Amino acid sequence: MSELVFVGIGLYDEKDLSLRAVEEIKSADKVFAELYTSLLPAFNVKRLETLVGKKVVVVSRKILEDDEGRQILQETKGGKVVFLVPGDPLIATTHVDLRIRAEKMGVKTRIVHGASIISAVIGLTGLQNYKFGRSVTVPFLENSVVADTSYRVVMENRQRGLHTLCFLDLKAEEKRHMTVKEGLRILLEVEEREKKEVVTSKTLAVGVARAGAPNFCIKADYVKDLLQHNFGDPPHALVFPGKLHFMEAEALVSLAGAPRKILEMT
Amino acid sequence: MSLFTKTINVDDTTMGRYKQIEEIVKLMNDPEHIRNTSIIAHVDHGKTTLSDSLLAAAGIISEQTAGQKLFLDSWELEQKRQMTVFASNISLAHNYKGHDYLINLIDTPGHIDFSGAVTRSLRAVDGSLVVVDAVEGPMTQTETVLMQALRERVKPLLYINKVDRLIKEIRLTPQAIQNKFAKIIARANSLIEKYAPPDHKKDWQVKVEDDRVAFGSALHKWGLNLSHMKAKGISFQDIIDAYTGEPDEVARKVEELSKKAPLYEPILDMFCEHLPNPYQAQPYRQSQIWPGDPNSEVGKAMAKVDPKGPLLMCISTIEVDPHSGVVAIGRVFSGTVEKGKQVRLITARQSGTIQQVYMSMAADRVIVDKVPAGNIAAIAGMSGIHVGETIAEEGVETKPFEGLKYVSDPVVTVAVEPADIKDLPLFDKVIHKLTLEDPNLKFTINKESGEYLLSGMGELHLEITAYRMQEAGLKVKTSKPIVIYRETISHDYKGPAIMGKSPNKHSRLWVTLQKLPDEVIEAIKMGKISEMQSRDERQKILRTEFGWDTDDARNVIAIEDTNLLVNRIKGRQYVEEVIDHIKSGFREAVHTCVLAKEPAYGLKVNLEDIQVHEDPVHRGPAQILPMTWRPIWCAFLLSDPKLLEPILSFECKVPNDFVSAVLAIVQKRRGKVLDMITEEDMMVVKAEMPVAESFGIAEELRSSTQGRAFWATQFSRWAPVPENMQLEIIGQIRERRGLDKNPPKPEEFYERE
Repeated sequence: MSELVFVGIGLYDEKDLSLRAVEEIKSADKVFAELYTSLLPAFNVKRLETLVGKKVVVVSRKILEDDEGRQILQETKGGKVVFLVPGDPLIATTHVDLRIRAEKMGVKTRIVHGASIISAVIGLTGLQNYKFGRSVTVPFLENSVVADTSYRVVMENRQRGLHTLCFLDLKAEEKRHMTVKEGLRILLEVEEREKKEVVTSKTLAVGVARAGAPNFCIKADYVKDLLQHNFGDPPHALVFPGKLHFMEAEALVSLAGAPRKILEMT
Repeated sequence: MSLFTKTINVDDTTMGRYKQIEEIVKLMNDPEHIRNTSIIAHVDHGKTTLSDSLLAAAGIISEQTAGQKLFLDSWELEQKRQMTVFASNISLAHNYKGHDYLINLIDTPGHIDFSGAVTRSLRAVDGSLVVVDAVEGPMTQTETVLMQALRERVKPLLYINKVDRLIKEIRLTPQAIQNKFAKIIARANSLIEKYAPPDHKKDWQVKVEDDRVAFGSALHKWGLNLSHMKAKGISFQDIIDAYTGEPDEVARKVEELSKKAPLYEPILDMFCEHLPNPYQAQPYRQSQIWPGDPNSEVGKAMAKVDPKGPLLMCISTIEVDPHSGVVAIGRVFSGTVEKGKQVRLITARQSGTIQQVYMSMAADRVIVDKVPAGNIAAIAGMSGIHVGETIAEEGVETKPFEGLKYVSDPVVTVAVEPADIKDLPLFDKVIHKLTLEDPNLKFTINKESGEYLLSGMGELHLEITAYRMQEAGLKVKTSKPIVIYRETISHDYKGPAIMGKSPNKHSRLWVTLQKLPDEVIEAIKMGKISEMQSRDERQKILRTEFGWDTDDARNVIAIEDTNLLVNRIKGRQYVEEVIDHIKSGFREAVHTCVLAKEPAYGLKVNLEDIQVHEDPVHRGPAQILPMTWRPIWCAFLLSDPKLLEPILSFECKVPNDFVSAVLAIVQKRRGKVLDMITEEDMMVVKAEMPVAESFGIAEELRSSTQGRAFWATQFSRWAPVPENMQLEIIGQIRERRGLDKNPPKPEEFYERE
């Protein structure tokens, strides 16, 4: 039987893999991994290989996108292929295309979930999952990329009282990861143009670094002060709270060091 | 410029020069006595020797050295080849009927390979002296340049040169000489009749009787027109006599003749007498050379040549000077250029400050405080400046001077590299300088092979460019010339819109493809339709002149070379955020098309529909670019694609005895004879041939006609490569690029739902 199993690696290192994930890898005929959609701060392919006793082939964006993952799909012929993806394998990625293609070819697909950046960041902030609107990525402004959508999403969510989770762009090939500071600056730049008071120096925001790692860092503050905060190594993420429930405000104050003033906002 | 300076130091005294500077600065403020003019001549017809005779008049070089110095040419190469390659400018003072005149002379190249420079230098002048070789008669390229001049409303005068050869070599009688002249004059007048502005078809005719025709020998430094013949009592027989006798005797008599009838006298007199001054010329030339509003403040000041009006200047030449850096030379049409003035570069859309102002002083460049309207000035201090730029007073709205688009496409490429890799920094510098000075030169780096590619108008153009690099102290290696092809389709793409998917498959784009009609391609080449103009202006032209429907006409969002991109997408989200990527994708797709990765020609790409991923990082350029070029190429391959090759028009004047040799050369080179015209004992062969077959023709013509053929080539058009050669040539180009010999199949770019 041909089978393709999408396995979430989680957020920090190979120890985030669930026992089920490890079992799937051990029993696979072939193991692939992609590491370009997110940064796993302490993940090491060699250690994983030792752990599971299997060779792990790391594939590039080119192989997955330009070559349409043919290499992975071919290996499924009559066997089981495990495809390792950072976080939860079908969240904040575009791998659903590979899954559909596999199913169309008659390859059975399954998912072994991993911890997702979405649940990790939301959990760390203490904000309620029920109150998040659309999430969005803040892109690096180069090659005529614009951040207008990112700005608009924050605005639309806020208009409905909802929080916004902003992923921050990364260029894995160039080892570049957007920091909280860069993300804020980019949105302030849009603000400069749009002037809709969506992200100003007085806006409350939450920066999260290395969610899922033992040395994670979280800080809630007004943008002008958040710009001064040192979040340390990547990956970073940003949250723009909407209307705060009193429990949320308390959580931000006690878990993320937000100014006490925000308690009056509820 | 360095050559000029060197020569002057040898030949002139410092005192004399200063006096002249003062004189010229004074004259510069008196437009009534300014004449801006150019010299139009075929290669080797004597323009440079003529210019030197004129300079001799200014007392800058001695009359004895004139004729050997070749002053206008700023490169040693030109002296070696005896031809003027680059426009340069000189100014001189001349006293005519008791009044001092300032004559600004802009040099124009006579070789069509550089016709971009011709158009620009013509824009700066109001008059021109057409030089014709008495023996060879008017050459095609001289006529082409004259036509251009007339279209730019430049008033012509005629000078028939090398009359000494008529006497010494052909031994014509006075009557026969005059008949020969009559023919040349009639030919010039028929062109004037045809191409002069309607109001001037008659009064611009050149006639011997009113001194608009001069003749002489620039090499021997004598020249005459009718008035000077009468005043000096010299007849044709006297001239013939001067060339009769023993060599020593002839030399003495000719020198006497040059003393009695120096060439510069009739020529400079004719300039003063017959050419319009800026007050006269600018009003009637304005509408032809400048598309701005004549009723605007700057428009009115231009018509009045008002030195107090807002500044308006058109840059016709750029030179890179080791001392001053980039120096831009052009005509001041309105206002005054002054050191420290804040100006706007209209085409580049940037501001700058004039750091230095220069005026030409004979062939030298001298620093002055300011130069008022009606003059040719040089300015320094703006590094971003390009040839053809319009300089305006900061804060003044104006349209740029039109016609900055040149019809000639680059058709030949060579790979160049420094012979010594250590010279790479110098190589960069020289390339920068050359491309600034010569807009017809295109320099690119092949990203895959890392090759440095230089593209130009012909084999000779590139040979000269390579030579200029060596002149700059750079040893270069060049490859064999490579022909540049174009790719196009035989008909509109027929079928449902073709879908392109982004590599992550989360965005989709649908396109269709059409073949642009020739008139539209021509309009793009002429700059009549361009990305620079406003949307309204463009849509009006496309609608009213080319019958486009309003929607398409309004939604042209990019123009690349001769290819257009039309956005027909309606009511889709995020289009504005990806449209720049789509434009880039379109530019790449047509810049290196799909048959052989040659540029596409005359495509109209229509964006029909789009769906994109919600999140900006999943629809970045890496996703959108391939999504754009794949369906364009797919539709292209489904529309009977074909390869176009550049065709040269070829014209050759040759003695009857050698006609069959020329015909054989044409035929051997896949050429086609279009016409053959008898001119006395000569035959003019008009033909065309592919650029690909033209390499080395100079050498072959020379050897098989014993050097008796006068010929010229010029880019004519793009034509399909013969059916039976298409695949072979495509294969050759692809292999040269390191690609599979066979072009891709449409299926390779076709996406299923």
